[in-house]
Amino acid sequence: MLARRPNVKAEETPYMTNPIIEFRQVEYQISTIASEPILSGISLAIHRGETIAMLGRSGSGKTTLVKLINGLRRVSSGAVLVGGRDVHDWDAIRLRRGIGYVIQETGLFPHLTVRENVCLVPRLENWPADRVASRYAEVLQSVGLSPSLYSQRYPRELSGGQRQRVGVARALAADPEILLMDEPFGALDPVTRAELQREFLNLRRNLEKTVVLVTHDVREALLLATRIVLLDSGRIVAEAAPEEFLKLAHPVAREFLAAAELATGGRQ
Amino acid sequence: MNAWQFLLTHRAEVLAATREHLILVLLSMSIAALVGVPLGMLIVGHPRLRAVALALASVLQTIPSLALFGFLIPLPLIGGIGAHTAIVALVLYALLPILRNTYVGLTSVDAAILEAAEGMGMTEGQILFRVRLPLASSVIMAGIRTAAVITIGVATIAAAIGAGGLGTFIFRGVAMVSDAVILAGAVPAAVLALLADFLLSLLERRLRVN
Repeated sequence: MLARRPNVKAEETPYMTNPIIEFRQVEYQISTIASEPILSGISLAIHRGETIAMLGRSGSGKTTLVKLINGLRRVSSGAVLVGGRDVHDWDAIRLRRGIGYVIQETGLFPHLTVRENVCLVPRLENWPADRVASRYAEVLQSVGLSPSLYSQRYPRELSGGQRQRVGVARALAADPEILLMDEPFGALDPVTRAELQREFLNLRRNLEKTVVLVTHDVREALLLATRIVLLDSGRIVAEAAPEEFLKLAHPVAREFLAAAELATGGRQ
Repeated sequence: MNAWQFLLTHRAEVLAATREHLILVLLSMSIAALVGVPLGMLIVGHPRLRAVALALASVLQTIPSLALFGFLIPLPLIGGIGAHTAIVALVLYALLPILRNTYVGLTSVDAAILEAAEGMGMTEGQILFRVRLPLASSVIMAGIRTAAVITIGVATIAAAIGAGGLGTFIFRGVAMVSDAVILAGAVPAAVLALLADFLLSLLERRLRVN
């Protein structure tokens, strides 16, 4: 569904080498606050199949960065391209239906059952009923929940971990190419979090999605990401694969590693 | 004659007045809900209309009910003596709680839920009808419940402009200085109000999500 790229001819530019998401000199500022921009000088290319962890402290701009991808926020200058096309030129509804979005547990609709939550986008897309049904069973199994056991339950009847699984299932339901996850495991207890992280790794290997994961947890970033993008005060200060991230000398990277007691090896 | 004896001897009359009263209330409440809920949905996205609508509804609420009935009598089309004038006045009174609760209910939906809905690619209309409205329904129902109790009470005054209902006994009782006759109107009106309050509170609880 992200294949609609009118400006790009397939034979000129091989599909695989084109970034699926690209930030070009992005600035984001809330107009009423004249002081510091929330994001500035952001340039980043994300390729198909990558799992990018946007790592940063609270207020570093990582959540905003992700909301620029699905058009929940609009750049002040620069451009964000999805599937080779400027987000501004996309029909916002079409763009978002092609991007799975997982936020902390509050994102499930409390008045809808698990099944209704998960099947929402496929239904909005007018999928035939049998396809919705089989897709529901498929995604619920893929997040480790029994489709029949949970179909009639409401979010309030689930544990935090179950809610988060349903959130992931809902984001995957319409089979989007891109998955945006904003601190999806943030509200969970450490044991459940570790369990979901492990399952997410398996899931990711099977699905070959492009994932952008927002986190303030360096361990989570190291475990799940193929590349870590470190944000500080609205700027990208470092970018590295997990194994290189451990050796980074940047003071903010050191702070994160020290706080997680992972700083022993790389200090210079 | 005590109130109980009066009620027994005038049973048919009291029942007829109760029926009249109920019809007055049901008609007014239906119109008020059919106007107030959509208007409340409309003003969520229109701040200027919101200011005007809420101010107007609040001002209407401050007009003493007997005066409002009086003001309406000389008006063409909606005015005059009888039930239709009373219904106009009752609708105007019922409007504020319904309008305000609809607006408050729709705008107090958790911002994270709304952002999730938007991020999933729901259109504004889908967010309004499939997310905001169901989540606001119990608050809206609370407004309808408040309006119903007010309307049942105010409708007794409608007898002053010839609309009938339980107020007939109250006005007659005042003129006759007879507690028994006043109570024959006041007690059924109170019972109606309590009953409406109870039944609508059950409905409200059913609609509550969390």
